[in-house]
Amino acid sequence: MANLKDIKKRIGTVKNTQQITKAMKMVSAAKLRRAQDAVVAARPYADKMADVLSSLALRVDADGHALLAERGKGKALIVLITGDRGLCGGFNANISKAAERFIRDNKEGFESYELLIVGRKGNDYLKRRAGMVIGKVHENLVGSGQVSYPIGALLGQEVIELYRNGEYDSVFLIYNAFQSAMTQIQTVTQLLPIVPKVVDEGTQLTDYIYEPNATQVLDEILPKHIEVQIFRSLLESSASEHGARMTAMDSASKNASEMIGKLTLLYNRARQAAITKELLEIISGAESIKS
Amino acid sequence: MAEKLKLEMVTPYKRVLSEEVDEVTAPGAVGEFGVLPDHTSLLTTLKVGELTYKQGTETFRVAVNWGYVEVEDNVMTVLVETAEPADQIDVERAKAALSRAEEALKKLTNEDKEFKIMEAALERALIRVQVAGKTLH
Repeated sequence: MANLKDIKKRIGTVKNTQQITKAMKMVSAAKLRRAQDAVVAARPYADKMADVLSSLALRVDADGHALLAERGKGKALIVLITGDRGLCGGFNANISKAAERFIRDNKEGFESYELLIVGRKGNDYLKRRAGMVIGKVHENLVGSGQVSYPIGALLGQEVIELYRNGEYDSVFLIYNAFQSAMTQIQTVTQLLPIVPKVVDEGTQLTDYIYEPNATQVLDEILPKHIEVQIFRSLLESSASEHGARMTAMDSASKNASEMIGKLTLLYNRARQAAITKELLEIISGAESIKS
Repeated sequence: MAEKLKLEMVTPYKRVLSEEVDEVTAPGAVGEFGVLPDHTSLLTTLKVGELTYKQGTETFRVAVNWGYVEVEDNVMTVLVETAEPADQIDVERAKAALSRAEEALKKLTNEDKEFKIMEAALERALIRVQVAGKTLH
């Protein structure tokens, strides 16, 4: 049986760890709430944007715009959004695996794939995997604070620039969509060329007056659409990360208290055994003196 | 005939406004334009500027950044990157941003990559100061 002092030390260590995981859980819970609000707040803007875009795209010749026209099946870029920090369960590994799976399953789709990774953890995982070409990595883009629109906008402009220069024929976006603190949905969407939402047939299309004209309005809205989509995915990913961390830290705290319980039992048993042993020694000592 | 126009203003961060108004004036890409109730369907882009709307006799001002406007069935949806109602603008901060942008512009030449960014920043700061200034005096 382990000695008393060792067990006591163990209990102390586990307690310390538990304090940390509990604190991290609290912090994540607070951050999650804010991130969740931000996701909800961004929805009307993104939805409205998609509505306007699809009604516009119907009126304008799809091949007439660089960001709408289908290109060849050469090189594809995958924008993968992961976290910068660990201790959040399978959050980063799952999304990185999803990207890997996507590339493997769509081998026929494009000649080659290249990755643009947001977040340190995705890079850590994927750089050790075979057959993954990592074009660029953005570390600490979001940091530990809130996602701000300019971050999404800059990333969007970068992607559009790469696409316009003809470096890639298609751009995909892979991120964790926030569903609840427990569940994230690994989402793959095609970013470029833009696929407008299909409007049901029979829906009355409003005849707008376009100022200056439909093509110019489209010219301005399409790049914004990309920026908004990336911004939104960053928000979703950040909310998912906080949720995942909260859940992971919650179960870590639970495991810690379970362990403390077991160790305390062990400690008490060892203490009892020591006392009994001492008593026996005293009694037998006394017996031997008497006789 | 509808009496009022519904004005909805949305940014990526939040829904800024959702109000029944009488008249809206917005800075369109090809010039300022006004919208009254029963306006025909319209879609246009906005540039950095000042958007005003009237409720009865009261006039409200909002500083807006790039965005666009959709008018349909007496609902005017304004989607902008930033929107700051006049009473929420921090004048000191706006003025500080203004002088910062001016300083930076002096050092840069036309070819610099940052020139355009700073120019846009200057424009935004200017509008903010303007919009906030009008309500104060």
